[in-house]
Formats: sequence, C-alpha cells, structure tokens
Amino acid sequence: MEFFNEITQFVISGLATGAIYALIGLSFAIIFNSTGIINFAQGEFVMLGGVLTIFSLTALKLPILVAVLAAVAGTTLVGVVFERLAIRPLKDATPLALIIITIGASILIRGMVMLLWGKDTQVLPPFSGNTPLHLAGATLLPQHLWIFGVTLLVIVGSRLFFHHTINGKAMRACSFNRRAANLVGISVGRMVLLSFIISAALGSLAGVIIAPLTMTAYDVGIMLGLKGFCAAIMGGMGSGLGTVLGGLILGTLESLGAGLISSGYKDAIAFLILLLILFIRPQGLFKKGETDRV
Amino acid sequence: MLELSGIGKRFGGLTALEGISFRVAQGSITGIIGPNGAGKTTLFNIATGIYTPSSGQVLLQGKDISALPPERRARLGLVRTFQNIELFGKMTVLENVMVGLHTQSSSGFFSCAFRMPWQMNEEHRVREKAEEWLAFAGIAELESLQAGTLSFGKGRLLEIARAMALEPKLLLMDEPAAGLNSYETAQLAELIKRIRDHGVTVALVEHDMDLVMDICDALVVLNLGTMLAEGTPREIQDNQAVVTAYLGEA
Amino acid sequence: MKSDKLKFFLFCLAVLLVPLLLGQGYLTNVLVFVGINSMLALGLNLLLGYAGQISLGQAAFFGLGAYGSGVLTTQFALNPWLAMVLVAVCVATFAFAIGFPVLRLKGHYLAMATLGVGVIAHIAFNETIDLTGGPSGLSGIPNLTIGSFSFDSDLKNYYLVWSFALVSILLSLNLVNSRVGRGLRAIHDSEVAARVMGVNARLMKVQVFTLSALISAVAGSLYCHVMTFISPTSFGFNVSIELLTMVVIGGLGSVYGSILGAALLTLLPEMLRSFQDYDIICYGLLLVSMTIYVPGGLVRGIPALLRRLVPARSGHA
Repeated sequence: MEFFNEITQFVISGLATGAIYALIGLSFAIIFNSTGIINFAQGEFVMLGGVLTIFSLTALKLPILVAVLAAVAGTTLVGVVFERLAIRPLKDATPLALIIITIGASILIRGMVMLLWGKDTQVLPPFSGNTPLHLAGATLLPQHLWIFGVTLLVIVGSRLFFHHTINGKAMRACSFNRRAANLVGISVGRMVLLSFIISAALGSLAGVIIAPLTMTAYDVGIMLGLKGFCAAIMGGMGSGLGTVLGGLILGTLESLGAGLISSGYKDAIAFLILLLILFIRPQGLFKKGETDRV
Repeated sequence: MLELSGIGKRFGGLTALEGISFRVAQGSITGIIGPNGAGKTTLFNIATGIYTPSSGQVLLQGKDISALPPERRARLGLVRTFQNIELFGKMTVLENVMVGLHTQSSSGFFSCAFRMPWQMNEEHRVREKAEEWLAFAGIAELESLQAGTLSFGKGRLLEIARAMALEPKLLLMDEPAAGLNSYETAQLAELIKRIRDHGVTVALVEHDMDLVMDICDALVVLNLGTMLAEGTPREIQDNQAVVTAYLGEA
Repeated sequence: MKSDKLKFFLFCLAVLLVPLLLGQGYLTNVLVFVGINSMLALGLNLLLGYAGQISLGQAAFFGLGAYGSGVLTTQFALNPWLAMVLVAVCVATFAFAIGFPVLRLKGHYLAMATLGVGVIAHIAFNETIDLTGGPSGLSGIPNLTIGSFSFDSDLKNYYLVWSFALVSILLSLNLVNSRVGRGLRAIHDSEVAARVMGVNARLMKVQVFTLSALISAVAGSLYCHVMTFISPTSFGFNVSIELLTMVVIGGLGSVYGSILGAALLTLLPEMLRSFQDYDIICYGLLLVSMTIYVPGGLVRGIPALLRRLVPARSGHA
C-alpha cells in the first residue's frame, strides 16, 4: 500500500510538471506553426513569468493577481520586442541563422535578468496557501489544482481560438501555406506577431504557476524550454491534444524515473526520451506520416 | 537501357501513377510528354530513386534497381537534371562540375587530409576533366563565376555539364527547355544531340513540342497518371487520343 | 594554391614566435586556451560551416576526451599518450555510431538532438561521482611527458597545444580544397542534388561528424593534462554555445575564421575581467548582431562591409 501511495504521489506531481511542459510545448508549436521557427528563447519567457511576478510582488508590492497579470504583460512585451528586432529583419534567413538568433536572444534575456536580479533562486508564495489535500492516498497541494485548472482553461481556450475565431483560423492557414494565406488577404506579418504574443503570454503563465512549487532563478528557462520542446515534438508540433498528452507523459515518466531510479538523472531521462522520439518517430507519437513533394 | 514495369505510385489517397510500363532503347533520345499533372516528374523521381514506387519495378540494363538510393543509381550510370536547376550555388562553376566527378574519383578523408600523392594527381585529373566538360557544354569561359550568379539558361547548361561528368549511360532531363528562349532552345537541341552522339541514352520530360518533335526518336505519352500512347513522333502526332488529351474534344 | 601554402607558413611562423616575444607571462597561459578553443572551433566549423549540419553538443565530445584521459591516467595510471589515443578512438567510434541516427535529422530537430546528447553527457559527468568526482571535479591529472621532459609550464604547454592545433589546421585546409571538401559543401548547398550526383551524403555527414568529434576529444585530452584539474562546468551547454559563437563570428566555412573567432572569444573575456558578469550578455548580443548584420563572419563580413563603406573611386564595379 505504501508503494502504491508513493507511485500515486509521483504520478500526480509528474502530471503537474507535465501540464507545465504541455503549456510550454503549445507555445513552441504556435510559433513554429506560423513561422517555421523553433524559438529557442521560449524557455526564457517561462522564466520571465516567474521572475517578473516575484519582482512585482516584492518590489512593487502589487497584490498577487495583479502581479501575475503584470508579469504576463511584461513578458509579452519582451516577446513583441524580440519579434520586431530579431525575427522581422530575417524573413528569408536560413534555419541556421534563425536558430543562432533565437539562441542569442535567449542568452541576452538570461544575462539581463541575471544582472538585474542576481543569480539566487527566488521564492514565489503559492496562490492559495499550503494546506495539502489528500486524494487516493497521495498529497495534493492547492498549487497543483491551480496548475491543472489553468492548463485546462488554456486547452479549451486554444481550441476555441484556433478553430472558432477568424484570427485563430488565419494563423492555422499561415501554418499550412504562408504564400496562399498572404494571397487571400491574411497579413502574415501580423499573424507572426500574434503568435509571438500568444506564445510569450502562455509561456510566462506557465512559469508563474509552477514557480511556487519549484522556485525560480535566472537559468530555469533552459531546462524548462527544452522539456517543453520535447513535449511539442512528441505531439508532432501540433497545437492540440497531442502536445498536451506529450507533456503529461513526459512529466509523469520523468517523475517516476526520478523517484524510482535516481533523482540526479532526472533531466537525462527527459532528453533520452527526446532522442528516442527523434530517432524513431520524429513526426510525433500521434500524427500520421506525411510526404514531401520534391 | 531502361525499363519501367508496372510502375504505380500512391500518395495517401491520391494515385499519381498507375500501370506505367515502357522501355527506353539504348542510344535513343526518348521524350516523355503529357499535359500538366500527368505524373511525369513523379515518374522521374521514381526512376532516379528519390521516391520509391508503390508497385512495379525499375530496371537498368536488365538489373532491378527499384530499391537503390539515388547515389547508388548514379554510380550505375543513371543521372538526372532537375526542372528547377539544383546547382551548388555557393560553389564556382568549375567546382560544380568537379562534384559531378565525385563518382569518377575516390580519395577519402584520410588521403585528402594528408595530401597523399595519388590524391594530388587525382585532383589534377579531375580539374582537367571538369574543364573539358565545361567546353563540351559551351560554357568554358564561365568557370570561375559563382554558380548562383548565372543566368537561367547558362545554369541549365552547367547542370548538364555536371551531369555529363558522371559519364552516365542514361541521362534523364526534367524539362530542360523550361525557361529558355528559342535561341537557347536551339542550342540545347544541338547539345542533346552531341550527348547522344557521345554514346549516352537520353530520356527527357518536355512541354516544348518543337524541341520534342525535332530531336526525339521515340515518345511516351502520359495522361492523368496512366500511359496514353507510345511510338515515334510521327505516330504520336497522328494519334487521336493524344490530340484530345492535349487540346480537349474538338 | 601557392598563396595558401605561404599563408599557412607565415601563420605557423607567427604562432612559433609569439611566446618568445611575450615570455612566461599571463598572456601565454591564455594563448594555450586559444589553441584548445581553436581546435574545438575548427571541428565545429567542419561540421557546421562546410557540411551545414548544426551541432549544439560539441562540449560532449570535448568532455568525453577530457574525462576519458583524466580518468584513465588517474584511476588506472595509464600512460597519458596511450590514454589519449585510446580515448580518441573510443570517442570517434561512439560518434560514428550515434552519427547515423542523429544526422538523419535536419535543421531544428538535429539541433535539438545534438543538444540532448550534450546535456546527457554533462549530467553523466556530474553524476558518475565514483569515476569522475562529480561536481567537485577530477584532480591530480598528470602532465604529458616525453621521456624525462615534462610539459608543466605555460610556455611548454603552449608549444604542445599549438603543435596539435597547427596540424589540425593543416589537415582542415587540405580537406576543404579537395574532393571531400567539395562533397561536403555540395551537401550543404543542396543535399538532394549532391546525392543524385553520386555523393554518399549520409556517410559523409557521419564521417565529418566523427572527425569533428575526434578533434574535440583530442583537444579535451590536451585540456585535462594542461589543467591537471577538470570539472563538469567546463563541458556544459554554455561551452557549446561559446563554440558556436566563435565559429559564427569568425566566419562559417572559413578555417582561419574559426581561429580568429576562438582567439577573440578567449582573449576578450580575459581582457574585460572587470566586466565578468557581462560576458554572457555580450555573447548574446554578438550572436544576434553578427547573424543579422555581418552574416559572413569577421573574415568575410568585414571586407564586405569595408567595400561598401569605402566607395570605389576608380570606376570598377
């Protein structure tokens, strides 16, 4: 019974981190689908969410909800600046140039945060206190509920957005064929900007809701970003359920691996999974194969 | 020289080709024609190994090459030029042709890194041969230009020179006259005849009917993924089904 | 061709004479690391600048070389030269094996896969405490020796490392202007066309990946014997990024460019000691601005920039 409780514990905390990976994965997919770019700086948006919230709380003394909104808004602003200054000028760049630019930007953002707020880890208090709830023999923190709740809202929201609003459908059109989208009057430039706004907002939100559980520092973005990317790959870079499932599976496997095998190798597990997927099924676990025309 | 037997290709639900069977006779210039969307480029991609056929076989001089990748087919003598010329834009014209001589040379990492004497000899030989092929195609004077800066017509000729450097037995040309004016097309016709006289079998996909009727010994007509007709240019011109396919019902 | 040989000869001369001008100073120590970084940048450039394959995990091979030699010479008391050869062969074999699945990927997926390899290696260095000493590092690594002559000073290590570096440069220069170099550049320009022309793209990509790993491993072995102490922080993701920056700044596809990039990015942080924490921002800024404004790197970009800024007065286009 003890063992079963342990497993449930691992699974629940795994699902929580998995939900975060899912959110980050979605933001990767959104930018990729409208621009073809993998935004290596995505992890930094996540980091900014947590860091800016703490700043708003402690230095600006804003109430928690306003602080969160301020953080998300601030990160979105960074996303916009990034898109205008670094992505816009390079419309026809090679994949290599784009990768280098996004890596460079991520380093820049990280460096600035380090200079402004130092290298120490910072703590964000949980949204609804710390009294644990007991479910199926495992301990659930209120913050877990926040995570699941927000993730669910985001999934529903993104489904509604991408399939039932004009802007959302326009963005999907861009992902299928940029030139055709352009020809039917969709402003591709605006869609790209919109995708960066959404991704930055989503990323920072993910960073905020996980921060109370894992603490935050200037360099958490790297790992979170990479694992979110892993989730996106597992979902085949789609903006839907596949990525969410990918994230959840990744988080759970990682948590079980850390708990049952070794916690030092926790990150290695995620990357091993990433490598396996890339080698065996790069189109994702859930997508059917496609062919390209020469 | 080349035989396609029962070739079919499906992309998901779309059947691009079905039941394609014909032979390309050695030493001939064979034209593959048909309206747009007939599947000609897909057929070429299958013949060169870029696609694998859903059914059927590709035989080169009687040998089944259906499962071989492009680089193996090149070594067996099957070479192709592209519709949207795929030059190595950042390399010079001469270097492009020298890459064509890759299969005619053999120095590997070790010999090249340590500049072994046989590697240096081979390098010299490759350079000379490349210059010969440029002269063959009539563009010797362009040898030091960057390939990406060439005009379309000259680029086309470079691609042919590069393909010839592989000493192919069979040269597949995908719409070689596309984008050329009538003067350049006439030059192309001369070049193709010279290639045939050199001992190379040529098969080309083309839309330019004047060129096709002028130089081809045999024609294969495709329409909507199936074979419509096969024969000499004369026979094809008189074939009612072909006329209808191209021009619609009278 | 003649001018290439002359250029290389002059470069060798410069490398040989510089420390005699500087003596046993601090700068000589820095130049040892310029040599190591030059080898690493060279390896990456062959893979990235010539064959066009992105790798964000070069630090993994560097680390495997360093830890391989370090562990073999401390825990197993193996002769350092023998260890270096053994490690180089093992790392090359490993690279060859994983090269096939990894290099089937392209673009972002390739970048991520190499990143993954780098991260896994780094974690392994940290976690295999019994073997590597973990985060506290591995110490007591012996210097390289030839008979009774020991490479234990900055000056001696300078000549040791730069001998290897110069050999690597020579081999790279030879490779680049040869059948293999053309094949790699062809793959970079258009892999489909290269394959149709008979270039075995799959094999060549793996071969150059292996060569790059080999050079990095040798650099790693040299590093551990020069430093006599290594720790995992020298082989993390940051290092892979630094290498990438060096190659991009120097100029992708230029052998001397890699040396220049390595020199700049090793010397500058030393000179800007007081700006210690700003270096990470500088890397980011450099990467972004170089890629946007000077895409050919310094070796090609600066002359191009000068040509645009200084108007030609003689009427030549």
